[in-house]
Amino acid sequence: MWSFFHKLGSPPWLYRIAGTILRWLLPLTLVTLAVGLCWGLLFTAPDFRQGNSYRIIYIHVPAAVVALAGYYVMAIAGAVSLIWRMKMADIAMKACAPIGAALTFIALVTGAIWGKPTWGTWWVWDARITSMLILLFLYLGVVALYEAYDNKEAAGKACAVLSLVGMVNIPIIYKSVDWWYSLHQPASIKFTGDSTIDPSMLYPLLLMIGAFYAVFTCCLLMNMRAEILEREARTNWVKKLALEYRA
Amino acid sequence: MSSRTAGEPLLAVESLGLERGGRELFRELCFKVLPGHLLQVDGPNGAGKTSLLRILAGLSRYGFDGRVVRHSPLLYLGHHSAVKALLTPRENLLWHVAGECAYSDRQVEEALAKVGLYGYEDVASHALSAGQHRRVNLARLYLSQCPLWLLDEPFTAIDKGGVAELEKLLVTHVERGGAVVMTSHQLLQVAYEVQMLSLTDGLVA
Amino acid sequence: MSSGAPAASTLTQRSPGTLPFCVSLLRRQLTLAARRPIEIGNPLLFFAMVVALFPLGLGPAPDQLAGFAPGILWIIALLSNLLTSDAVFRSDFEDGSLEQLLLAPQPLFMSVLAYIGAHWLTTGLLLALVSPVFALMINLPTQAIPALVASLLLGTAVLSLVGGIGAALTVGLKRGGMLISLLILPFYMPVLIFGSAAVQNAVLGTPATPYLAIIAAMLCLAIALAPLAIAAGLRISVDA
Repeated sequence: MWSFFHKLGSPPWLYRIAGTILRWLLPLTLVTLAVGLCWGLLFTAPDFRQGNSYRIIYIHVPAAVVALAGYYVMAIAGAVSLIWRMKMADIAMKACAPIGAALTFIALVTGAIWGKPTWGTWWVWDARITSMLILLFLYLGVVALYEAYDNKEAAGKACAVLSLVGMVNIPIIYKSVDWWYSLHQPASIKFTGDSTIDPSMLYPLLLMIGAFYAVFTCCLLMNMRAEILEREARTNWVKKLALEYRA
Repeated sequence: MSSRTAGEPLLAVESLGLERGGRELFRELCFKVLPGHLLQVDGPNGAGKTSLLRILAGLSRYGFDGRVVRHSPLLYLGHHSAVKALLTPRENLLWHVAGECAYSDRQVEEALAKVGLYGYEDVASHALSAGQHRRVNLARLYLSQCPLWLLDEPFTAIDKGGVAELEKLLVTHVERGGAVVMTSHQLLQVAYEVQMLSLTDGLVA
Repeated sequence: MSSGAPAASTLTQRSPGTLPFCVSLLRRQLTLAARRPIEIGNPLLFFAMVVALFPLGLGPAPDQLAGFAPGILWIIALLSNLLTSDAVFRSDFEDGSLEQLLLAPQPLFMSVLAYIGAHWLTTGLLLALVSPVFALMINLPTQAIPALVASLLLGTAVLSLVGGIGAALTVGLKRGGMLISLLILPFYMPVLIFGSAAVQNAVLGTPATPYLAIIAAMLCLAIALAPLAIAAGLRISVDA
């Protein structure tokens, strides 16, 4: 069991394992994504209140869910790298940040696209959108901190500390924004209400959420492989790999 | 000085290795620092002497292979003098030793007098030269009870008289059972056995 | 791997306990601040000038200003705190005092609290005490002023602690003055929300104590956890 974790700390082994996983995960992700999108965008009935514009939730909600989960993945990877000093956890954390930021951005943009036909404005300061925006800032903070350090090992540690602080703060921020929103808006208007969702719309949504998790994992593994190659560029196994590819 | 047994090392280093910027600075470095040792780390600029000393002090906690086991409290003087311009030498020195022991005013004044800062104890440090800042660090050496001293280029900004005094102080310290690990560009001129630590070859007696 | 710092008990003379050490650290920081009074004055001047910006930008109509006054005062206090947070550890990092602190046998957790305590005493506390003047300048109703001072007293303490985390993580970086703002503004937001809510409620006549209690709870959490992050950040920065 411990030899498994020890192997996880070895860059060439992780590179190979990630490659193997990607070989079957990538097609599976694309298939699930295609099926989910077709189902959600084409084959479900239009919402009786919002018409066809609600269909953006098949991208918006999964992106938001995985963006939030991604922050926790990043923070946990950071904690592992700090506590057990695993270099590979460091790489995983660094790889998560831009992916999470991109997903948060997608969630915000699709949220805005949803907002325009539904409520008439591109942006609305409601609880969820504001929390998403703050999550984007948290991700960008991690990315910025990593880039600011010259010594990459120190950068990884600093980002691990920052993501852990963020992880502790996210519930506080979310609850504060939630409460703030309820203070400033009359209770009768709810922009992102938890409306009961019809099962025919729920299943494609769940499928899309699963697909986005798979997308996240694929992007993470690909990013990690790239990062491993970059860090180990001077070692023999990478040089051999480069020669193999050239052949 | 301390009630430790003669043979117990103050510091033990096992298989220490360090890589910086793709270059291997040292590897598999093993040595023990025993009471009475006066060690000088040998090597050209950029060889990793300061990095080694920082690892020994405990300022560097990651990025290296191997283990450092510390059996004794230590005193580290690095490149920076840690003298705050707005505080007087007396206040600076009191602060430097604050973690170690509560020294009396008289002891502090004596230490400052020994390094030639008599009369300057209450002058704001921004009015003093870099050499005088260094002397505040040296006053700490006179006061300190720590058995192990890690000194990174302690002769920087010290004049010739000060160099001789410092060498005398180092010898007194090791004769009393302490130990010193230091880096310097100049060889020590002392009537005491100086062990040279080469980063590539280890301890060369 | 390396073993930790040797226990204080192995020194031949007893080294000072944690509390006396932290008190002497606090005194040192306050002495340093007192010898450079302009640095204490700067955030207050900033507060004053930015308070003037709001009527210039929004128009001098008293009702309009009064409506936004709780938020305006809190935002400016937050920004003032942000500006001073960067410097908490910087000068000690540059002259090597931070290294010596890291090597001291006393726990870094408590020493860090002394640093932040000194920072709060020279920024947040003064901001809170001066705020009634500016509150009057932008027509905050006088019944809200006690709530304003109380919320600023508690809130700026949280801001100092959280700002310390950002300062610790960025103190070793040569560039990146704006970086600390990017890092800690998201963490400032809950404090802002409840701080301005406390004042807003006092304006409306409803009790502000629930919001002050929440800020106090955040303060307790920050005192318990922020020093861990700050200590970790300082070790990383000194080692980098």
